[in-house]
Amino acid sequence: MSERVNVDKKSSDPVAAAKAEAALPALGPMGMLRWAWTQLTSMRTALFLLLLLAVAAVPGSLFPQRPANPSVVTQYIKDNPDYGKLLDTLQLYDVYSSAWFSAIYLLLFISLIGCVVPRAIAHYKAMRSQPPRTPKRLSRLPEYGTLVIPADAGIPASDAITSAAAVLKKRGYRVEVRDSGGERPSLGAERGFTKEVGNLVFHTSLIGVLVSVAIGGLFGYSGQRILVEGDTFVNTLVGYDQFTPGTNFESGRLQPYSVQLDKFDITFDRESEGKFGQPIDFSAAVTTKENPDAPARQEILKVNDPITLGGTSIYLTGNGYAPLVTIRDGDGNVAMQGPVVAKLQGDNYYSSVVIKVPDAKPDQLGFAGFFLPTAFVSNEGVSFSGDPDLFNPQLTLNSYYGDLGLDDGAPQNVFELDVQDLTPLNARNLDAGGITLAPGSSYTLPDGKGTISFDGVKRYIGVDIHHNPGQLYALIFALLAVAGLILSLYVNRRRVWVRTGTHADGRTMVEYGLLARGEDHRLAAEAQAVRKLLSGEWQLDADAPGPESSQQTPNREQDNDPGAATTTGSVTTPAGPTGPEKDQ
Amino acid sequence: MPYGINETMGQYSELFMLLAAGTYTVAFIAFAWDLAKSSKALRAIDLKAAQAEDPARVPVGARAGDRSESHLAGPAGRAERPSSSASPSAGNGAGGAITADADMKYAAERRAPARVAVALTVLGALIHGAGVLTRALGAGRVPWGNMYEFLTTGAFVAAAVFLLVLIRRDLRFLGTFVVGLVIIMLVAASVAYWTPVGHLVPALQSYWLIIHVSIAVLSSALFTLTFAMSALQLVQARRLKAVAAGGTDKLGFMRLVPSALSLENLSYRINAIAFIGWTFTLMFGAIWAEKAWGRFWGWDTKEVWTFVIWVVYAGYLHARATRGWTGTRAAWLSIVGYLCVIFNFTIVNQFFNGLHSYSGL
Repeated sequence: MSERVNVDKKSSDPVAAAKAEAALPALGPMGMLRWAWTQLTSMRTALFLLLLLAVAAVPGSLFPQRPANPSVVTQYIKDNPDYGKLLDTLQLYDVYSSAWFSAIYLLLFISLIGCVVPRAIAHYKAMRSQPPRTPKRLSRLPEYGTLVIPADAGIPASDAITSAAAVLKKRGYRVEVRDSGGERPSLGAERGFTKEVGNLVFHTSLIGVLVSVAIGGLFGYSGQRILVEGDTFVNTLVGYDQFTPGTNFESGRLQPYSVQLDKFDITFDRESEGKFGQPIDFSAAVTTKENPDAPARQEILKVNDPITLGGTSIYLTGNGYAPLVTIRDGDGNVAMQGPVVAKLQGDNYYSSVVIKVPDAKPDQLGFAGFFLPTAFVSNEGVSFSGDPDLFNPQLTLNSYYGDLGLDDGAPQNVFELDVQDLTPLNARNLDAGGITLAPGSSYTLPDGKGTISFDGVKRYIGVDIHHNPGQLYALIFALLAVAGLILSLYVNRRRVWVRTGTHADGRTMVEYGLLARGEDHRLAAEAQAVRKLLSGEWQLDADAPGPESSQQTPNREQDNDPGAATTTGSVTTPAGPTGPEKDQ
Repeated sequence: MPYGINETMGQYSELFMLLAAGTYTVAFIAFAWDLAKSSKALRAIDLKAAQAEDPARVPVGARAGDRSESHLAGPAGRAERPSSSASPSAGNGAGGAITADADMKYAAERRAPARVAVALTVLGALIHGAGVLTRALGAGRVPWGNMYEFLTTGAFVAAAVFLLVLIRRDLRFLGTFVVGLVIIMLVAASVAYWTPVGHLVPALQSYWLIIHVSIAVLSSALFTLTFAMSALQLVQARRLKAVAAGGTDKLGFMRLVPSALSLENLSYRINAIAFIGWTFTLMFGAIWAEKAWGRFWGWDTKEVWTFVIWVVYAGYLHARATRGWTGTRAAWLSIVGYLCVIFNFTIVNQFFNGLHSYSGL
């Protein structure tokens, strides 16, 4: 990112020793800060932070993560008492919001800003300034060639440079002609400024993506709700089964739209042998209202096809069966009636059922067991579901009575029944046995505790509701980033210099040189193209003198200013050597 | 469920896959034979030259050596940065250790076994393509809905990309590597991940499956090529260093492989394309995730690893622009990136729980 790479790190040993002996001047606090800033914005540090980020992201895939699966994390800590807690201290269950992960990416982004800003300023200046002055020795450039215009063509050096400038301008170069009336007129040309622009846009857009994600986290919200066929969800806080607000969320932002689940259909695969019974289509027919007074609309909610309503999107994320039961208590009153959401446990919608009846009198009742859409019993006597569809629905339950512990107001998991303080009524190992019900049948509990009847089966769906105001911006910045990336990788920044002069015998001698900034494997092709264009302009045979041939070069010794002959070895182009440049 | 399943087509597809794997195996042997034969022939020429007491340059070696030299000195060579740790820049004594052209252009001499190998690879790819096509027809959808299909289609794309690049560049030295990997992928698909033709689960029924996964397959195929090149680059760099230091050349067949610097430059260019492809994979995946799960990014295990791969290759691109990180270190990053790709496909799909699990078996 930054061009401040430590070039002189590798010094020979005596020098290093001398350096070690020399007393370092005190930096002072400002100096320290400057030094730290230079270090942070150096390319090496950026590269190191980038690789560190990759490494730091890995643990999040190795350990269960709280944001995705809080209950799995709790279980994991329970299952691994020796190191589970330690991992929690190290924030390994919240990797992506952990202090160390945040530190890495924040440092990376600071480094990025510290690099992008100076580069943007430098590039802005470069775009407004003229191409660098013509190097004294064009022959030292990576691409060099000469052309000779015969004397009878009648093109003097100054005309040649003007037409060369026109050719290069047409090719997209920015051109400046120097010394056009002089002995050795020359031109400097440069193109490919969009490379660096793309590079800057790419990195700036990454900051944009990060900010968009942060905005989503601040002002967004998400929630879940289970809807049994016939149920209606109204978008208010109480309407959600589970709700995760963003940091700056206000409940007033919820628009009170409503969604009613009319019918939920599943298509099962009845064709292929290998995946027989696999669901291949979920389709929920819903009635939506933008607000309580708005007209009702019929819509279809599917996987991969969310409904957009009131600034939120509603997603179909789960489904299952909800057996309908009626429970009468010991006094003969209906204590509970309606669908019970069965939680998926295994293959073919093998689901667990928990029913809590706090209103039953004289004793509260609890039921726990399983729902099987197509019940089978294996040879070992184990019940299992043979098919996901409702071919032979069965409810198998144990029952309990006693205090459910709901009266003190402490929240409980509706899918779990704590049987510690309850007295069992029905179970396999009791005389009364377990309860097995088919639709339409009912069962009378022992000891006159009541009855339970299985009235039918409905389907339910789980929906996720999300509102993320940063999402659109994240997309825009991501697209910008890609556009910038492509520009920065595929636009080449090149410089061309041309110098002309008149030979003693009247011929006009032309020499040109090309230089690329950064990697440019097509520079040679560009040199060929420029050569061809110039030859065409002056009606020369482009292939006559090879681009490398030095014999044809006029006044090889004096093709630079007289003084230049004394300069030694090093390349003296203003652009510097074509060493590694920072481009990403 | 738009189309029906055609199990007969599925069976044809499996037959084609088997035939393709067989053809590739013969092609692999031919590629290996080419390497062995060329290495032997070159050594014989060297020996003769040594007896003729012309220590510096010899007929065939010289012809090729000089050409590669002139290329390095010439336009193509100049545009490259002389930063590779073992840059065989002409005249440092290692010039004779490379017969391959620095530009990877086709040379004049005929390499019969290599020609046979390429022809067989083309034949294998055609049969393989038929296998992929019949699989798609049998399932009535794009042939990348599970790991078996992703592997078979991915292997086909890898072979096709390799053959396409062969039109422009003489990368036949990569033949054993690429065809070997293709065979491994086909065998792994048939043995470990075999799945009969079937419908897509609802979660995968989206046009994003076509976009997101096809770009992922293509990028992975390109990463496969650069992985092979980076691995060869490391071997070549070591070898050239040893040869330059006056050691004996134990890996004669590596003469057919271009210099470490040329390998580095070409793999950088391919990696740049693949990186853009991977960026699109990541982005389209995020858009699809938003459509399917309601959030564009949720650090699902697969998302994590896709991100890790992206960051590693981003590091690679930066390394190429950082002094001291080019050459061998960049090659290692490229290799690490590819190992992450492999890990993401195999281990993450099978052993890590995540939202992408259904795309597994």
